[in-house]
Amino acid sequence: MMRRNKTVLLSVPYILWMVAFTLIPLGVVGYYALTDPDTGAFTWGNLQALGTYLPVFGESIAYSVVSALICLVLGYPVAYFIAQRGPVAQKLLYMLVMLPMCMSFLLRTLAWVALLQDTGIINQILQALGIGQMKLIRTPGAVVLGMVYNYLPYMILPLYAILVKMDNRLIEAAEDLGCTPVQTFLRVILPLSMPGIVSGITMVFVPAVSTFYISQKLGGADTVLIGDVIERLFKQGDNANLGAALSLLLMVLVLVCTGLMNRLTGSDGEDVVVV
Amino acid sequence: MKKTGRVLTILIFIFLYIPMAVLIVGSFNEGKSLARFDGFTFEQYAELFRDQELLQLLANSLIISILASSIATAFGTVASLGIQNLGPRMRRTVMRLTDIPMTNPEIVTGISLSLLFVFVGTKLLGQRNSLTFWTLLIAHITFNLPYVILNVMPKLSQMDSSLTDAAMDLGCTPLQAFFKVTLPEILPGVAAGFIMAFTMSLDDFVISYFVTGMDFVTLPVEIYNYTKKPIPPKIYAMFTLLFLLILALMIAMNLLQLRSDRKKQLTAEQGGAR
Amino acid sequence: MSKELIRLRDLTMEFDGERVLDGINLYINDHEFLTLLGPSGCGKTTTLRIIGGFLTPTSGTVTFDGQRINDVPPYQRQINTVFQRYALFPHMNVFDNIAFGLRVAKVPKEEVNQRVNQMLETVSLKGYGHRSISALSGGQQQRVAIARALINRPKVLLLDEPLGALDLRLRKDMQNELKRIQQAMGITFIYVTHDQEEALSMSDTVVVMDKGRIQQIGRPEDIYNEPKNAFVADFIGESNILDGVMLSDYKVRFFGRTFDCVDKGFAPNESVDVVIRPEDIDIVPPDGGHLVGEVTGITFKGLNYDIIVDFKGFKWLIQTTDYHGVGESIGIRLNPEDIHIMHKSEYSGMFGDYSSYSAEYDELAEGADDEAE
Repeated sequence: MMRRNKTVLLSVPYILWMVAFTLIPLGVVGYYALTDPDTGAFTWGNLQALGTYLPVFGESIAYSVVSALICLVLGYPVAYFIAQRGPVAQKLLYMLVMLPMCMSFLLRTLAWVALLQDTGIINQILQALGIGQMKLIRTPGAVVLGMVYNYLPYMILPLYAILVKMDNRLIEAAEDLGCTPVQTFLRVILPLSMPGIVSGITMVFVPAVSTFYISQKLGGADTVLIGDVIERLFKQGDNANLGAALSLLLMVLVLVCTGLMNRLTGSDGEDVVVV
Repeated sequence: MKKTGRVLTILIFIFLYIPMAVLIVGSFNEGKSLARFDGFTFEQYAELFRDQELLQLLANSLIISILASSIATAFGTVASLGIQNLGPRMRRTVMRLTDIPMTNPEIVTGISLSLLFVFVGTKLLGQRNSLTFWTLLIAHITFNLPYVILNVMPKLSQMDSSLTDAAMDLGCTPLQAFFKVTLPEILPGVAAGFIMAFTMSLDDFVISYFVTGMDFVTLPVEIYNYTKKPIPPKIYAMFTLLFLLILALMIAMNLLQLRSDRKKQLTAEQGGAR
Repeated sequence: MSKELIRLRDLTMEFDGERVLDGINLYINDHEFLTLLGPSGCGKTTTLRIIGGFLTPTSGTVTFDGQRINDVPPYQRQINTVFQRYALFPHMNVFDNIAFGLRVAKVPKEEVNQRVNQMLETVSLKGYGHRSISALSGGQQQRVAIARALINRPKVLLLDEPLGALDLRLRKDMQNELKRIQQAMGITFIYVTHDQEEALSMSDTVVVMDKGRIQQIGRPEDIYNEPKNAFVADFIGESNILDGVMLSDYKVRFFGRTFDCVDKGFAPNESVDVVIRPEDIDIVPPDGGHLVGEVTGITFKGLNYDIIVDFKGFKWLIQTTDYHGVGESIGIRLNPEDIHIMHKSEYSGMFGDYSSYSAEYDELAEGADDEAE
């Protein structure tokens, strides 16, 4: 039954707040992107300069797509395993996945530096085993590892949320109809967990593509991601206008990528699982 | 297949927890390096509690996260009541708006708010320093609100809407009906929203980094500044204490939930027997 | 009789430009058991919600004891409601649910205890006070909902399909129980249902509604025996509805034959709808009948058989205790009092033809009805 009453007015302050502090700020970003840093006059210059940064964008996308896929491959079995446990074990494991997300990601990333550096813990072990030192830190692999490590929980949680709700009778029905376990997985479980997969990939991809700390700490001098560039422009380079243009492009990129993925998998934004 | 799932899960958990173990071990280290253990000591903890500046930063972080998450929880819960009663099209639009801070990269949210505050502050109000405690608080409330909305809205739509009608039928004013009936019903969602908002706020680095000014710095932002130089090991001690605190909180929450689940199950069984 | 308590005058209600109530005029007397009866979407629940104060009518007035109450909020009305699916507060036990209204009204603790315990007895739930709501059966929840509403001593109790969620047996018991409570407490009941049997057996007055309009108001017997139009005739029980012509008072012609009837006051040669109830038709050997037809279907119903009989291409439903096989030729006789004449209405031709009748079809339709509600 339709209920129209004064309660709707309660949403007005919220709408105003969100317009003031999410929509208008994006407009301000657009304003800065279209003005000259020195004169403040209108210019296309910042947007024209974006071409120079396309390789950086490409690299950022490559890193985050690889990380998201690794997270999916590693996270799916874990989420599935957790979803199959009893209620108490489920709660415990869920908590253990959540816990790292609540702890300082700066310090946890720093711990990886201690693990991976040339005189770090892993290399000390390798040397003790007689294998010898390996170059671990300041490599593309280290950046991917940092991303996977930081964002893996964001993959596991939405996958778990969808897998735990899955009706076990569907799996039994598939088996009853002659599916082998592999077929059951490919034909029933995987398609049904698609919204969780989409949500998980988005939740890994978006922070990964825009990170600047992981690449600074774990990447080599040649690993410069788009987040690094923006951070430098704002905090050191003093060209907020070019930074704004880059932010705008980054936002559009994320919108296009997530939109594309939703389109490809046939799920609209509505059923993305919120953790 | 089941065995590989178990082995993989264990390996992943080791992977997730090794860096934290490194930090915790580091907090008991006599030396300064995380990579080399020079001997066991509690000295870092003593150092931590002597460092007024560091404790102040922790207090700052707690102040901003408690304030922001409390305000966002109250604001978001009230807003949810309104959104719930909007027509379907308008509701979808508002939910899109709510999704913006969730789907935008944090760096974009941080920069956009920072530019807004600078723009309004310097160009419109003529302030010299436009990034303050208040801008930080606004930013935190803004990215906290969606967590509250997205946790409260499902509880509201699950709730039988005639419950509030029933309360008013029995003599409650709308305000009384909210506190006596609606709030107890949606409380799990409100609590979940608050806890999520609080932890996000406490640990937020990226947005705070762009929005914070000189006069009010939170712990994560200061840690970022630290990491450019050698980091003092008392930070690891603080990490360890926070780790234990959050672990205790989570365990307590889970135990409470388990107990209420049990109770519900028990009464349901009682009813079934009759 | 008793004095008038509630009056609805020219009530209309629109949601997003869609008119769901269209000119409702109705008065309700003190101590009356009045039922709003109709299919889902007919406006009965909307009418009830307007009386309860949960909706404000688009136009028209609601008066209570002579006072206009259009804008009086529900918590200031001396009216309480038993909601569809009960709307019991899940975070409170039985006692707290029932005590809710008294506590809001700040009734002293002693009196609350005493009145709640008394009420628990009235609804046969003594000793259930500490139970949680989820531990109750549907019938018990129903009783709590009634107790919770009645404890506030309202002048009027609104009941919105209160028995809809119960199984048939329990529903019958609760019908008697409700009637008993209503008489014992002497308050006005306004009852909403789509179940015509429930409406007929419990009410003093039945209001039949469809498409946002009142189709007929009357005592149950009158509604059944003297339906005003084809909709009412079809909705209340089964009816065969035929086209006829009123030749003069007491003379009606249909199926090429003139019959005596007990109706009068129609214009000469007015086209009318003729209603014949399936249970009123007498079956006789073919040669002795007013009409002769062929049995095309038979369903055993327990008390009787429903048979479908083809009269010149028009199929009738006849209820009989005797078995008549498919293909059998039978005659029927109609007594004057078995024939009921109605004016033509917008519903003419829509009901009362059993050409597509089947027992399953009926059940399906009923199931769909429940879904929509």
